[in-house]
Amino acid sequence: MLDISTQIGTLKLKNPIMPASGTFSEDLADVFDLDVIGAHVTKTVTREKRSGNPTPRVCEVRGSMLNSIGIPSKGVEAFKKDVIPFYSRYNAPLIVSISAGSADEFASLCEEISVPGVAAVEVNISCPNIKDDGKAFAMRPSTTHAVMRKLRDSTDLPLWAKLTPNTGETTEVAKAAEEAGADALVVSNTLLAMAIDIKTRRPKLGNLMGGLSGPAFKPIALRMAYQCAKSVDIPVIGCGGISTIEDVIEYLIAGAAAVQIGTATFIEPKIMARMVVDLAVYLETQGLSSVRQLVGCVDDKGASDGLVFMEAAP
Amino acid sequence: MKSIALDTAPGTGYANPIHEVECIIRSNDTVNGEYRLLVLNAPLELLDCEPGQFFHLLCPVSGTFKPYLRRPMSIYGYYPDRGELHFLYKVTGEGTSAIATLTTGDTLNVLGPLGRGFDILPNWQNLLLVARGVGLATLAPLALKSRRLNRKLTAICSARSRKLLLSLDYFNDLGVRVIAVTDEDGTSSVESMRSIIEGLIAEDPIDAMYTCGSNRILKLLQSVAATHRIPGQIALEQQMACGIGMCQCCVRAFHRDGGIVNERVCKEGPVFHLQEAVGC
Repeated sequence: MLDISTQIGTLKLKNPIMPASGTFSEDLADVFDLDVIGAHVTKTVTREKRSGNPTPRVCEVRGSMLNSIGIPSKGVEAFKKDVIPFYSRYNAPLIVSISAGSADEFASLCEEISVPGVAAVEVNISCPNIKDDGKAFAMRPSTTHAVMRKLRDSTDLPLWAKLTPNTGETTEVAKAAEEAGADALVVSNTLLAMAIDIKTRRPKLGNLMGGLSGPAFKPIALRMAYQCAKSVDIPVIGCGGISTIEDVIEYLIAGAAAVQIGTATFIEPKIMARMVVDLAVYLETQGLSSVRQLVGCVDDKGASDGLVFMEAAP
Repeated sequence: MKSIALDTAPGTGYANPIHEVECIIRSNDTVNGEYRLLVLNAPLELLDCEPGQFFHLLCPVSGTFKPYLRRPMSIYGYYPDRGELHFLYKVTGEGTSAIATLTTGDTLNVLGPLGRGFDILPNWQNLLLVARGVGLATLAPLALKSRRLNRKLTAICSARSRKLLLSLDYFNDLGVRVIAVTDEDGTSSVESMRSIIEGLIAEDPIDAMYTCGSNRILKLLQSVAATHRIPGQIALEQQMACGIGMCQCCVRAFHRDGGIVNERVCKEGPVFHLQEAVGC
């Protein structure tokens, strides 16, 4: 009997395929039955209404894209009234992504959003810590630890910390999040990037810079997911550039217990549903009986910590 | 899909109203110096659409052109009886360059129909559309629908030169009254168009106005429509990623309730109220 379920802490997912925050919404229900995927992850919500960044908010680069959406949000009240009830029609667990500008605001929003219908909270700590110095919480272990500790005290729901690739301290940040009570790590958010129109000499994004996502980013996020899985005991959810079933398998082998699909949904809206089927087919053709048999099976020949946790190219 | 126009029969109630389909290309030919007409074989579920809606096209990747994201393109024509979906486009960048390489028998992956189309309310009997350049491609299916609904339609078509005027035959064949204006004839200025429209209104009051694209025409129509209290609609563009409302990339600002609100061009639009649109 083929078992494609996966376990993220106390939460059992019927399969390891879920959307990345910001690339999924109720609108996708117009394209396929959202109950076929392992979980639903909402776009990041903030306490207050936010309008987001100036346009253009998106541009494409070779084989990938940059975005600077800027977390437009209808605010937590509208979210609780409209979004959470929408997902109650599905069996797939609802993961709510939240963001705030300080550790205290994060904690109070987390408390407010810990309501029936929400299975876990994904904390987008890749956004700037406005109260301190504007650097994203997850860029440093100390700020990661501080915000995760406050979040841990604010809810009984599982907490997934979404990390950033914009750091030179990937494993230290991962360990800080685990130590402060995170139940899982989502690795990772987008990589800060830029594109300039050579005719107008203007940046292609209205907000000057933005996050790289798509296939070009995959090897970087995969490296981070591998490093995180090696350094913590909590589950890692791989996220970054996945666009084929082979990419999913690669993340699982690297140590991810589940994966998030983002940009690829923009190109192929039904890709998550297809990947659920393709994953089962892959396992069967490989003579495997469960996803668990794949997770973390990378043959890295027992590489030394010095190699595994390297943060600069050799 | 929500049935947008009040006088349209309710949709057939597809469970998942947005379809992703590999369509076979019937033809993809140059129309005049600058434009091309793409004709696809399309199943009926794709053709349950409204003027003003769009499809999100997965452009082919070749050695020369490597577009990544889908490209939104407004519907130029939809013909359930012939199983055809038409797009009229101008080659401007990597996406349209890639589409221009497609030939008869090739396939193109399309997603749609998407967005909110134009309304033709029951009491909108005398209609005016004003458009410039390729903007006419978006407005052309309105002519088809207004004829089906037996409405009177006047089209003011603007272009740089007479040879670049699009769709004149298309409009004439549908019994549309066409007024062509061009830069080369000096008839396309805002003031010239204003007096043409004022003349039309004096002759027979206009019930609704439609436009798309041009900022200059938007401002002109907003002014004339406000003076005469005529409702209007405009189709707008914005860079898009997902095309179905998820990513929030394609927002634009609109005047509403004394303030400014952001709305998604792909989902709440691409057709918006004329007076709410903010010129850029």
